[in-house]
Amino acid sequence: MANITSSPTSDRPFVKGQTPRLQLKNISKSFGGVQALSHVDFEVFDGEVVGLVGDNGAGKSTLVKTMSGAYTPDTGEISIDGQPVAISSPQDSTRLGIETVYQDLALCDNLDVVANLWLGREAHRTLFPGFFRILDETEMEQKTIEVLKTLDVKIPSVRSPVASLSGGQRQCIAVAKTILRQPKVVLLDEPTAALGVAQTRQVLNLILRLKERGLAVVVISHNLHDVFEVTDRIVVMRLGKRIRTFETSQTTPERVVGAITGAETEEIEA
Amino acid sequence: MKSLEPNLTPHSPNPADAAIVPQPAAKFNLRSLMQGDLGFIPVILTLALITIYFQITTSGVFLEARNLSNLTQQIVTIAILSVAAVLVLLLGEIDLSLAAVAYACSAIMATVSVYQGWNAGWAILAALVAGALIGLINGFFVAVLRVPSFIVTLAGSIGYAGLLLVVMGAQTTLVVRDPFIRALAPTYLPAGWGWGLPLLCLGLYALGVWYDQKRRSQANLPVKHPTQLVLQLLGATAVVVVLIFLFQSYQGVPQAVMIALGLVVIAWLILRKTTFGRHLYAVGGNAEAARRAGINVVQMKLIVFMSASMLAALAGVMMTSRSTAVATQISSTLLLNAIAAAVIGGVSLFGGKGSVWAVILGALVIGSLDNGLDLLNQDQGVKNMVQGGVLLLAVTADAVVRRAGFAKGKK
Repeated sequence: MANITSSPTSDRPFVKGQTPRLQLKNISKSFGGVQALSHVDFEVFDGEVVGLVGDNGAGKSTLVKTMSGAYTPDTGEISIDGQPVAISSPQDSTRLGIETVYQDLALCDNLDVVANLWLGREAHRTLFPGFFRILDETEMEQKTIEVLKTLDVKIPSVRSPVASLSGGQRQCIAVAKTILRQPKVVLLDEPTAALGVAQTRQVLNLILRLKERGLAVVVISHNLHDVFEVTDRIVVMRLGKRIRTFETSQTTPERVVGAITGAETEEIEA
Repeated sequence: MKSLEPNLTPHSPNPADAAIVPQPAAKFNLRSLMQGDLGFIPVILTLALITIYFQITTSGVFLEARNLSNLTQQIVTIAILSVAAVLVLLLGEIDLSLAAVAYACSAIMATVSVYQGWNAGWAILAALVAGALIGLINGFFVAVLRVPSFIVTLAGSIGYAGLLLVVMGAQTTLVVRDPFIRALAPTYLPAGWGWGLPLLCLGLYALGVWYDQKRRSQANLPVKHPTQLVLQLLGATAVVVVLIFLFQSYQGVPQAVMIALGLVVIAWLILRKTTFGRHLYAVGGNAEAARRAGINVVQMKLIVFMSASMLAALAGVMMTSRSTAVATQISSTLLLNAIAAAVIGGVSLFGGKGSVWAVILGALVIGSLDNGLDLLNQDQGVKNMVQGGVLLLAVTADAVVRRAGFAKGKK
């Protein structure tokens, strides 16, 4: 467990003894006759952003859904901080501190930013001691402003309905929502898809903020430019296997593309 | 809630100078009024136009205290039924069985009162329990079996109309003798209650607003401009005082009107101030997001359909009290008027948008048209055409506003 470097698919020079925040070992998953994942290892450390890239059908989404509890793997084990855990539902995953921001964001357009951030876990106060529990809007608004400030998210007003925000702002709100739950790991599914230049910058900035906060972040993306901008490592998936891992600072988009498409066959390690 | 992530909050002593540009006093202008508690201005203007038109064409009869007192009592049933419609509409569903439920439940009340000799309290309770059961049936099909509410409640409306006939047996009308039930709607409150209750509510409202402002400013959050607050409170007070003066100059504040207003206020408090209300709006806005946030959507729908049917039963009780009898012939316009009142007041047919106060404005618009056209001796055909037109306008406005909102929201 402690000796990560023994992992055949990882070529990162890890500090010996450092335990990954979230680690998946030897994960396989098949749907009927289709082998979506075969013997995949994956790990992400505190304060690290890992980019998960690969062509359509490479198994990125299946892998992330395994982490988020949407799928249960056929074989393999998952551990958090070195402790083996069982994730059989999204609730398990949330309870263990893994938060997922899906592409559809799951925001209520008709509610304002505060209401969305606190949905399902609202703060209360009692009108008279013991009964009449009502929403504590002041508390929620204050905490919302704090969180958005620490994440450096800029929006016109926390009381504006989410429908009136830009795509980038909505993405940031969706991420901030998970942060309120004090997660250890944040999984982002295509966070910059369909965003403009300025909005993409806003979201990438947010990802770096999460990293600064010591969270382990996994980003699925098709956009290599964005991946290179925020990640520390890039994990390349192809045909259900993890075929290559790059140190972002020591590689080029061309090499990553090569790995994604299978052009760099001589370098495949697995 | 107290322990927000420790590593997130270390360097934020003053949250207000944060990502959001602080506005010590929010700007006070027409726009803020429209977005705030006075977002009903278009409907109020419509109502004003209708009033002016009828005031002129009836040469002053329309705004007489007697007629206004009448008008408000005429819309009590629609208003209560419309509160029920609002709850269901906010969820993004619809309940087409409300009118049939109102009739069927009031028939149950009348039957046990007249033939079984139950006293008024038990008879009314029987109606409410019947309403709850019917709501449970509707809710079960909609929430658990996921049949579209349109179909479920359409089928329900036929079925409950049948139940009405079964309960009524051979007779077409059943006159209620119970003095308490008969007195529910036509009673006027004594002056002390008529003045005291609304003014007490206003006082509590003012206190609540003041306390809220105090907490917000202590928390360093932007507060509303004092002028706006004072205007808001003065406006509300003025409306209430003028209304009570009008009522008192005739026979007093009608008890039925007070009951309907009380229901609106309670519904408003639940929707705006409680977690249940917040979750109801969330389910109406995006059911999937609500589900992922841990909200029990099925339970929410069951509760809402049950509440709606119970409110419908209550509307039926008030209706019976006003007409002193239950009929087997269900009013053809009651259901649509109730839904129309909600929509005219700005409750979206697509869920998640609108306030329960819409009910009062919407019911007033519909009631004014009905009452005014009656004063002008117009026949039912003309009334139906006018009301149909107004409903169409309201729904069109809803659809157009929604489209505009989406265009704005996407970019």
